[in-house]
Amino acid sequence: MLSNLVGVLFDGIAFGALLFLISVGLSITMGLMNFVNLAHGAFAMLGGYVCVELMNRMGVPFLATLPIAFIAAAVAGFVLERTLYQRLYRASALDQVLFSIGLVFMVIAAATFVWGPTQQPVFLPDFLKGQVSVFGIGLGIYRLFLIGVVVLVTIALGLIIEQTRFGAMIRASVDNQQASAGMGINVNRVFSLTFALGSGMAGLGGGLGIDVLGLDPTFPLKYMVYFLIVVAVGGAGTIKGPLLAAILLGIFDVAGKYYVPQVGAFVIYGMMVVLLLLFPSGLISRRA
Amino acid sequence: MNLKSLSIIDNLPAPRVPNDRWHKLEYLFWVLPFVVYFLFPNHLVLASQIMILGLFALSLDLIVGYAGIVSLGHAAFFGLGAYTSGLLSARYGWGEPISALLISAALAALLGYITSFLVVRGHELTQLMVTLGIGLMLYEVANKATDFTGGADGLWGIETWPVLGMFEIDLYGKTGFFYSLVVLFLMFLLARRIVSSTFGLSLIGIREGARRMPAIGVNVERRLVAIYTVSAAMAGVAGALLAQTTQFVSLDALGFVRSADLMIVLVLGGTGRLYGALIGAVVFMFAHHYISDINPVYWQFWLGLLLIVIVMVGRGGILGSIENMLERRRERLAGGRS
Repeated sequence: MLSNLVGVLFDGIAFGALLFLISVGLSITMGLMNFVNLAHGAFAMLGGYVCVELMNRMGVPFLATLPIAFIAAAVAGFVLERTLYQRLYRASALDQVLFSIGLVFMVIAAATFVWGPTQQPVFLPDFLKGQVSVFGIGLGIYRLFLIGVVVLVTIALGLIIEQTRFGAMIRASVDNQQASAGMGINVNRVFSLTFALGSGMAGLGGGLGIDVLGLDPTFPLKYMVYFLIVVAVGGAGTIKGPLLAAILLGIFDVAGKYYVPQVGAFVIYGMMVVLLLLFPSGLISRRA
Repeated sequence: MNLKSLSIIDNLPAPRVPNDRWHKLEYLFWVLPFVVYFLFPNHLVLASQIMILGLFALSLDLIVGYAGIVSLGHAAFFGLGAYTSGLLSARYGWGEPISALLISAALAALLGYITSFLVVRGHELTQLMVTLGIGLMLYEVANKATDFTGGADGLWGIETWPVLGMFEIDLYGKTGFFYSLVVLFLMFLLARRIVSSTFGLSLIGIREGARRMPAIGVNVERRLVAIYTVSAAMAGVAGALLAQTTQFVSLDALGFVRSADLMIVLVLGGTGRLYGALIGAVVFMFAHHYISDINPVYWQFWLGLLLIVIVMVGRGGILGSIENMLERRRERLAGGRS
């Protein structure tokens, strides 16, 4: 019973860590640009397909595909931001929602056309397979690896935002765009680079997550709600908020599916509505 | 830029007084269904589905186009109406269509009323998430309660009794066609009455500047709750109509894609015009019917592209573009004269 509980907690945290990795970019761009981007999952899917393609066609080892997934998604994000997203920053939420739904539809159709509607296989290297036993409880090595990567990325992201000049520019732009522009910060460039960074992290998450989340063309739609929950519940524009929300969501989702499978995803949707009512601007509000 | 455009008073449109008079084109529009009936007697089933989708889009237009509430989960009310009507017949043996329609509307209105308090309070993102969440919750309930709703297989075994005790639902969709047409027309009259009343004007006021409306004595929250409830009831009626005329309810009736498609129908036709919803439904269903036949995957691709194009250039959808064109022509003519 207890080992079950620990196992569920562990899987939940791994799932949550992955959700955080994919959604944190969405949180920053939503906080920074106020853009309701429902197409964020498309960048994660792109990362996943890049990994699969490199592994299966060109025989690149799994770990080496991850940075490439990051770069591919970041470039795609940068290009789309410059060409399309940027024009809609001042548009109404309705326009943004419609635009990003349109993008999701196109991406799903394109991915089906290129890779077919089936799930993509992933071949993990041997040293990431299997389980290790900690105090008699079996923990999946891949999930441990996942958590480790997310911890490293989170620390790196925290350092970038708190310590570097670019991070200071992001923080300034989130707080007050006009004043930042007045201080000589090129806000548009900060937007583009942040968007690219967020998309890249989603791509990395997509590649890492093939084994956990699966990968097929409906990916952006299937997990859209999860990413949005993480951002809306956590509070857009912060890092701690989405982290907390993602871990909670991961644990509740895994526990719900394990202990009360007949209720299904009802648990997390209900939890989301309740949390949004209690904390309308997210668990950790930027403007406290 | 000439001097004339600088004079502000001249350029403001004449103040709009609520005007309930029917335009010539409107009469013409409502003759069209009869033309369709006589010219395409083999496509009546498609025609009634278009009308049902039009009614559903009409209900969304009330909240999106007039009150400015963006909803990602309007299918919740549509699906609730469809399942209510379907379950009444399939599980309780009550197939009388009109009363089932009213019960579906009442239940959808009740759900709309309860959830409206959650929706109207939040800002945009919260609004989106709450409507989305409520829609998904209903979807999960219908999906998991397999014994009652049929789950992913859909709800079979619906029998609709003759409408008004006289008109049997037939294979060619004749009864379904007129039944849908009458219901759509009545609902349209209701919607038209609402938006051309002072209440409708106050909704536009809320859409344009919710913060200032209290200053002229408007209780914003109460008005939004009211219109959201009406809209939910109307969506419920549309769902019930679909269940009764097709005698089947699929789980998709509650799905997110249904809500997203609905949004597309509305912006395609043009928001905030009522007729936009109907015209959008016609164009959408025709495109869906013909492009899907070729390849369903392509359909989704073109649909996505169309959405992006509408957002980027064709603001206001089909009706908006026509209005802009007419406006420009009028300006050109006026410019030529002076």
